[in-house]
Amino acid sequence: MNAEIRPMRTPAEQGLSGELKNLPLTGDARVRALREAAAQAFNDNGLPHRRVEEWKYTDLRTLMREALPISSPAQSAQVEAHARLLIDTGARRLVVANGALVPELSDLADLEPGLSIAPLGTALAAGGDLVARLGTLEPGRYDAALALNTALAADGVVIAVAAGAVIERPVHVAHVFSGKAAASFARNLVVLGEGAGLTYAESFEGPEGVAYQVNSATEFVVADEASLDVVRMQEDGASALHLSTLLFEVGKGVKLNAFGFASGAAVARTSLYARLDGADSAVAFNGAILLKDRQHADSTLFVDHRTTGCESRELFKHVLDDSSRGVFQGKIVVRQPAQKTDGRMMSRALLLGDDAEMDNKPELEIFADDVACGHGATCGAIDDDLLFYLRARGIPLKEAQSLLVQAFVGEAIETVANDELRDALVARAEAWLKARA
Amino acid sequence: MAMLDIDNLHAKIEGEDGKEILKGLSLKVNPGEVHAIMGPNGSGKSTLSYILAGKEDYEVTEGSVTLDGEDLLEMAIDERAAKGVFLAFQYPIEVPGVATMTFLRSALNAQRKKRGEEEISTPDFLRLVKDKAAGLGISQDMLKRGVNVGFSGGEKKRAEILQMAVLEPKIAILDETDSGLDIDALKIVSEGVNALRSPERGMIVITHYQRLLNHIVPDFVHVMHKGRIVRSGGKELALELEANGYAEYQQDAA
Repeated sequence: MNAEIRPMRTPAEQGLSGELKNLPLTGDARVRALREAAAQAFNDNGLPHRRVEEWKYTDLRTLMREALPISSPAQSAQVEAHARLLIDTGARRLVVANGALVPELSDLADLEPGLSIAPLGTALAAGGDLVARLGTLEPGRYDAALALNTALAADGVVIAVAAGAVIERPVHVAHVFSGKAAASFARNLVVLGEGAGLTYAESFEGPEGVAYQVNSATEFVVADEASLDVVRMQEDGASALHLSTLLFEVGKGVKLNAFGFASGAAVARTSLYARLDGADSAVAFNGAILLKDRQHADSTLFVDHRTTGCESRELFKHVLDDSSRGVFQGKIVVRQPAQKTDGRMMSRALLLGDDAEMDNKPELEIFADDVACGHGATCGAIDDDLLFYLRARGIPLKEAQSLLVQAFVGEAIETVANDELRDALVARAEAWLKARA
Repeated sequence: MAMLDIDNLHAKIEGEDGKEILKGLSLKVNPGEVHAIMGPNGSGKSTLSYILAGKEDYEVTEGSVTLDGEDLLEMAIDERAAKGVFLAFQYPIEVPGVATMTFLRSALNAQRKKRGEEEISTPDFLRLVKDKAAGLGISQDMLKRGVNVGFSGGEKKRAEILQMAVLEPKIAILDETDSGLDIDALKIVSEGVNALRSPERGMIVITHYQRLLNHIVPDFVHVMHKGRIVRSGGKELALELEANGYAEYQQDAA
């Protein structure tokens, strides 16, 4: 007889299961079924722990001590005061506070032809073809953070760009948390029609010293020949728990360039799933992560090459001060039909603190025989010879370190095409370094 | 009092069993003087330059170095630079991601700040660099690139001289600036160095070969061997070394 061995449920798991008894009511029968299936999956599997391979370095079962009540709507005035990230970039800003779009703080006027934006809650209530795409992107494995999001997220933003429409002005979804410690869930859906173009930015921020929890998931459906730039900035408060999931479905001939900057949250995990369904697309997933104190940030990627001639590039840079910990897990799967795949993955870490730790886990699974794939990982301190050279020219130690760290993360930040967003990222990195000095 | 006064300097590689490299070296450099230090490989020439610049891999066990009467060995690396010490590296280092212009400006302003001077204005800085770069055949494109990144050997050496020209040190130490240069590059670099000769500035030119000293004519030539200066003379000493080689000194030591 096989007895199923199940670990004791933690207080957090019990609390979350309690929340899952009251699923949001928005959405049609399909959405309702998705929510119920996700809730069931969570009840069956619980929070992942270190014996679950994809969460080996981020033992969520241990790191997430308790389940917090789901946040109530935030007060606009408070939110307005807190929403500071990427404000001067000229982007069209949509504010999502505690998981809900706040129309009065969002720039919803004069949408460019071909661009449509709606709160997820409203879109679900109305139904239609667009929201029929929600929840159709699957990671192909149980992902606790995504399951909780699917089950519990009631709002977020739905953005659609019609075929052929190229939207010049970036759309920025500013996730802001305010108020007492609580859990917030937001779900976004971004759909690009054939040949459409969009720069999509999302940022996360909230108060310091409040142990709030953010769970965000964004699905990107990118049709053939479309062009999508994604820029993320995760600056949640230093006591926060940040979980986010990005799912991409990529058609043929697509140009996709995603970049993530992060220096926030006590514990952060970003999971990225990209399914390359169409031929000859070029995708890039890059990141710059700057951590200090005891911060922990995990970037886990799964790039699935399913057809011919696609190019994928990953470049992640971690700067780790004090006793912070960075995790990079990058998996590239090249399926048998995906001949002529060109995949390159690189993770580089700069350890500034004596007790800092970097865990790199690159994985390549290649079933096709005519591909060029490679990966690399480096970890180290700042090169002493470089430091000596700068100091010998009169640049003091801290400033020399800052210049070198800036150069180090700059290589990744430079991949962002939009000038204003890139400048904002550079400024953020500089501010981080200045605070350190 | 000499501007730079190195007295009975003993130094070893840092660590328990560190090998002693400098064994009682003394040298005085006055403003306006150019001193050439020649010697066979392994005589400690580069070590001397590193110790003067403040590299942390060495330990001074005896002796002293003063610059204008101040104890140089007590100063941090960047402090020495601000006081006017400049080392032109034998192998200039590539600094990817830090543009040459940013680097020069950070260095110049850091030194000025340390000396209690105002930061240089952007137009003044641009003009300064443009003037100095033109004479050394350094293009605007090179200035925008990362420091020394993708530069040829000759370009790296020219870039070092540009840094020196912008930073205007009191005492410049040129460590085998001629190594890896063809004759044309050597001329450009030498002209750059000669342009920086001034009554206020001292120079130490370290070289293995006499060739460089045809272009940068020294006031004094010293022969270094086994961590000490074993002979000093005028510029004619370099020609003698060129004719006879270092064998004489190596035999003495044997």
